[in-house]
Amino acid sequence: MNEKIIEAIGINKYFHDPKTVKVLKEISFSVCKGEFVSITGKSGCGKSTLLYILSTMDTDYEGDLLIHGVSMKKKREGELAKVRNEKIGFVFQFHYLLNEFSVLKNVMLPGLKLGKRPEKEIEHYAYEKLKILGIESEALKKPNQLSGGQKQRVAIARALINNPLIIMGDEPTGNLDKKNSETVFNIFKELAEEYNQSLLIVTHDNEFADRTDRIIEMEDGKIINQ
Amino acid sequence: MKTKLIINISRSLLLARWKQTLVAAVGVTFSITMFIGLLSFMSGLNDLLDGLIINRTPHIRLYNEIQPSKNQPIDLSKKYKNHYNFIRSVKPKNEKLEIYNSAAIIKALEKDDRVYGIAPKITTQVFYNVGSIDLTGVINGIDVESENKLFLFSDYVTEGNYIDLKNIPNSIILGKAAAEKMLANIGDVIQVTTAKGERMQLKVVGYFQSGLQEIDKVQSYASINTTQKLLGETSNYVTDIQIKLKDLLIAPQLAKEYQNLFDLEAIDIQTANSQFETGSFIRTLISYAVGITLLIVAGFGIYNILNMMIYDKMDSIAILKATGFSGKDVNAIFITIASSIGVFGGIMGLMFGLGLSALIDQVPFNTEALPTITTYPINYNIKFYIIGGVFSIITTYFAGYFPSRKASKIDPVVIIRGK
Repeated sequence: MNEKIIEAIGINKYFHDPKTVKVLKEISFSVCKGEFVSITGKSGCGKSTLLYILSTMDTDYEGDLLIHGVSMKKKREGELAKVRNEKIGFVFQFHYLLNEFSVLKNVMLPGLKLGKRPEKEIEHYAYEKLKILGIESEALKKPNQLSGGQKQRVAIARALINNPLIIMGDEPTGNLDKKNSETVFNIFKELAEEYNQSLLIVTHDNEFADRTDRIIEMEDGKIINQ
Repeated sequence: MKTKLIINISRSLLLARWKQTLVAAVGVTFSITMFIGLLSFMSGLNDLLDGLIINRTPHIRLYNEIQPSKNQPIDLSKKYKNHYNFIRSVKPKNEKLEIYNSAAIIKALEKDDRVYGIAPKITTQVFYNVGSIDLTGVINGIDVESENKLFLFSDYVTEGNYIDLKNIPNSIILGKAAAEKMLANIGDVIQVTTAKGERMQLKVVGYFQSGLQEIDKVQSYASINTTQKLLGETSNYVTDIQIKLKDLLIAPQLAKEYQNLFDLEAIDIQTANSQFETGSFIRTLISYAVGITLLIVAGFGIYNILNMMIYDKMDSIAILKATGFSGKDVNAIFITIASSIGVFGGIMGLMFGLGLSALIDQVPFNTEALPTITTYPINYNIKFYIIGGVFSIITTYFAGYFPSRKASKIDPVVIIRGK
């Protein structure tokens, strides 16, 4: 197909507490540009652990991780933070918005951190992202004034602000009701199809997974089907 | 851009918890206020107490001392040169207290540009005759004008005019306690007897109060001419030469130089009053210790509040890190929070400290012993403000440093998974 956005090569991961357990065994796969991939599996099969390794937040593993062809293995904490800032967008099960800031500012923060464009432009851009997600009218509210579904959409807008190579989600619909889950899924789908955005979503919701382009199924720390 | 963003985030976090922030800042303000107030007051008091002695003490005093000769005849003998000679019952030689050739010495000193001023003086033992009783006393014969210029003589003359001592012949200014004992009023004439039996009538023109009761009981002042007349000496007769220097610190070294040069005893102020310096030093040390303790306690307050804030904001820190803020950025955010508490609290503290000092300065303080003092003494030294300011920034920096480091090391995975 086309270029590989992210590639995992033989990743092993151990938990040492209380005794050493191998949680990920020889994980190798890749995600290409514009792909909408889901990782599924039973609770405890290591899918979230894998996601945190792929997101560069967890650095304690064996094997190698390439993002856009560049190895993450040797990079220092500050450099990894920069990679996360620029190339990866996050959506978590819990929205993790900062209540001290307005919705707009929350969306803008990673952009301001990247600092590649002037503040006015980032603000304009953030508005656009909010518009795509249909919540631009809430821009000046504080996050705690929004509903759960709206918050999750703000979190998606925040993930999009720096035009990341890939959006990663850890059970992004896990906390939402049926209707809101549907909305979030449709947004993802739209991003993948219309904007050619790559997505990698961890979920245990099979209905959600079935509708994605590709399913990576995990069991006991191994990929059993992809 | 990046600094602006960090300041922006810090400000939002601070304002989100403005009550706690205020408490932390008030802690710093309070401690700096007390630090400034305490040190200004203590230092003012020190200056006052030191001034009590040091203003009235010459930096170097030249005098003759009656003492046994250092060179006994046997030491000069060649025959006994290599022996240990023990001599018993050595007596002082018959020597006058007078400084020989005082006029020439004074002239030489006046030419020395390290010297600020010179005041010759005669000290002599007398008896004040009160009816049939004789009270012992000391008369200081002084050059009224230079004594006033160098040792602020007029400050201690509580009643009467000090210059009358010069203008009215055969006049005396009595120590207040001595005058009370003698029941002598201003304008009265008293009689004194010298050690050699000479008698003289002196007119009381004022009272003198030094603040040290023991001194006021015995000492009185007369002009140098009157004293020479009393002793029946010529107008060259001087027993002490008091020297004030431009720089107090060179006194010990200069005293040694003069001692050799003029072949006189010379004592410097540091040696004569070492106990006062020790006293001042200890008092200053204690006030600094208390002040700095206050600041450190305030530092712990900031440390606590920041720690709480970090527990509170764990999620926010995790998400900041997940979206690309490095540990260094998080560190900078919390250091900024701590420092702004320190700077704000510190500036307020310096202002309140100045206010507190000014307030103490207004409190009436009247004491018999210190006639020139009407309110509590305060030393408005810029040094205290600089130390207070710098220290408030340093303590808050360190109070912020450890929590910040903890915040920067937070692993976002642990927190995000924990939900």
